Amino acid sequence: MAAINRDDVAHLARLAHIEMSAEELDRMAGELAVIVDSVKSVSEAAGEDVPATSHPIPLSNVFREDVVGHTFTAEQALSGAPDAAEDRFKVPAILDED
Amino acid sequence: MSADTILSFEEAMEKYDPVLGFEVHVELNTKTKMFSSAPNVFGDDPNTNVNEVDLGLPGVLPVVNKAAVESSIKIGLALNCKIAESCRFARKNYFYPDTPKNFQTSQYDEPIAYDGYLDIELEDGTVFRVEIERAHMEEDAGKLTHMGGAAGRIQGADYSLVDYNRAGVPLVEIVTKPIEGAGSRAPELAKAYVAAVREIVKNLGVSDARMERGNVRCDANVSLRPHGQERFGIRSETKNVNSLRAVEHAVRFEIQRHAAVLDSGQPVIQETRHWHEDTRTTTSGRAKSDADDYRYFPEPDLVPVVASREWVEELRATLPEPPAARRKRLQADWGYSDLEFRDVVNAGVMDSIEETVAAGASASAARKWWMGEIVGRAKTADVDPADLGVSPQTIVELNGLVEEGKINNKMASQVLDGVLAGEGTPAEIVEKRGLAVVSDDGPLLEAIDAALAAQPDVAEKIRGGKVQAIGAIVGGVMKATRGQADAGRVRELILEKLGVEG
Repeated sequence: MAAINRDDVAHLARLAHIEMSAEELDRMAGELAVIVDSVKSVSEAAGEDVPATSHPIPLSNVFREDVVGHTFTAEQALSGAPDAAEDRFKVPAILDED
Repeated sequence: MSADTILSFEEAMEKYDPVLGFEVHVELNTKTKMFSSAPNVFGDDPNTNVNEVDLGLPGVLPVVNKAAVESSIKIGLALNCKIAESCRFARKNYFYPDTPKNFQTSQYDEPIAYDGYLDIELEDGTVFRVEIERAHMEEDAGKLTHMGGAAGRIQGADYSLVDYNRAGVPLVEIVTKPIEGAGSRAPELAKAYVAAVREIVKNLGVSDARMERGNVRCDANVSLRPHGQERFGIRSETKNVNSLRAVEHAVRFEIQRHAAVLDSGQPVIQETRHWHEDTRTTTSGRAKSDADDYRYFPEPDLVPVVASREWVEELRATLPEPPAARRKRLQADWGYSDLEFRDVVNAGVMDSIEETVAAGASASAARKWWMGEIVGRAKTADVDPADLGVSPQTIVELNGLVEEGKINNKMASQVLDGVLAGEGTPAEIVEKRGLAVVSDDGPLLEAIDAALAAQPDVAEKIRGGKVQAIGAIVGGVMKATRGQADAGRVRELILEKLGVEG
């Protein structure tokens, strides 16, 4: 059984900006351990002759020529923004006064 | 925020040994972005150079810009790096509004270029080798403008506005290995290193390399350790030091600040520092924390980049002569002393002199003109000498007129005025302004007779052997001919006239 403790889950939740209750943290610690073990079983199936891969399709060098394509107008770009000003996305200040 | 205590640079150097490290981000000048076909253009209206890929809308698929990969390989080669046979992209995950996807597409464990070096020549000719750890491909972030609060700084801002035109612009991040042994020359080396990287990418034509536009940005890592200690001290990372001078100043300041912290018996805090050009100091950004836990993982939407050896060699064959090698070659060809050559480089006229020599001037004549008349005028006009509007052909022609004795140096200066005023070629201006040296002896002899008659006592002195008195007569002749006589010829004629040996 993989060792995923409650603190690991709390840490990940913070990094991922996911709010989790104490109960959820406990439950998820157990569930994640099972998931990690399941994923691990893949490495048991792959023998030494199977190279590590980050992609399921054996492709490389899928490139685009350096030619300008379509763009949005500022209005289109901002159409899904929760808030905007001066043709720009408006977001809360990130850091407080030092 | 209280000002940091600092030690004098000299005292810091007596007690500690600095170790440096740099991350230089180079924005490529491709026509389009790294993973989208939106234009890569500086200074356009906000959020107009974006499409769905740059905004990270759901379900979009990035596609790698081939030209950006080629530029990255060229940079790697110019930095004497190995080029990875195969490499891949990775997601660097963090939440910050400059990155609409909540991750930056970068490279992590497989950079496209690695294990290189750059030989940096310091001002006195000392060569210092900086080892390059890696150069990897990634994308730039959007631009945040902090509104409200104090003077546009992030601290105390009420809100921020985001323009994603820059989001997705191709970047190459060049990371050095720790640089040891620079000692008191660390600030100078820092500046010279960033200058060399900028020069290389500009020479390759892969970046506009304008630091004031952020095309080349430097994060400077500094740590100190007591002399003789092997282990590195704790480092600080000063972000976005965006001029060559600032790089030098920031490294110097951080050395002084670290030294004071260590002297007080405290450990240096590992943190990001912000550089302030106005006060030439840094202030604390954020401490390194789990915010730096980026959870990199291979980018599932992009397949690996395989750089065949044929492709790499094709690209290598297109590389221009490295700037440092070119300088060495030109100095040797021109026969300038180290000092002369350094002045030429610092004045920014090396390229102009090269063109002028190619146009037919001698190296010494080209230097005389560019370093004299032209640099002076450029300074007055506050433009780069090359932008003054003097072509190499003009210099060749002007110099030819002087060497043939058709005009003297003083007239040449007036001819240059004429060229800059758009009056035509030097020969045309000589004609139009009537500037030719009077070489017909007739008018000169008349003027000499007049001058001798006007100063009979001087004439007598010369006859009596006091040849040095001749200046007064020559002066009279020059005045009478409004400076258009060849003074040497005038002197000859006077002596002849008076029957005195020169």
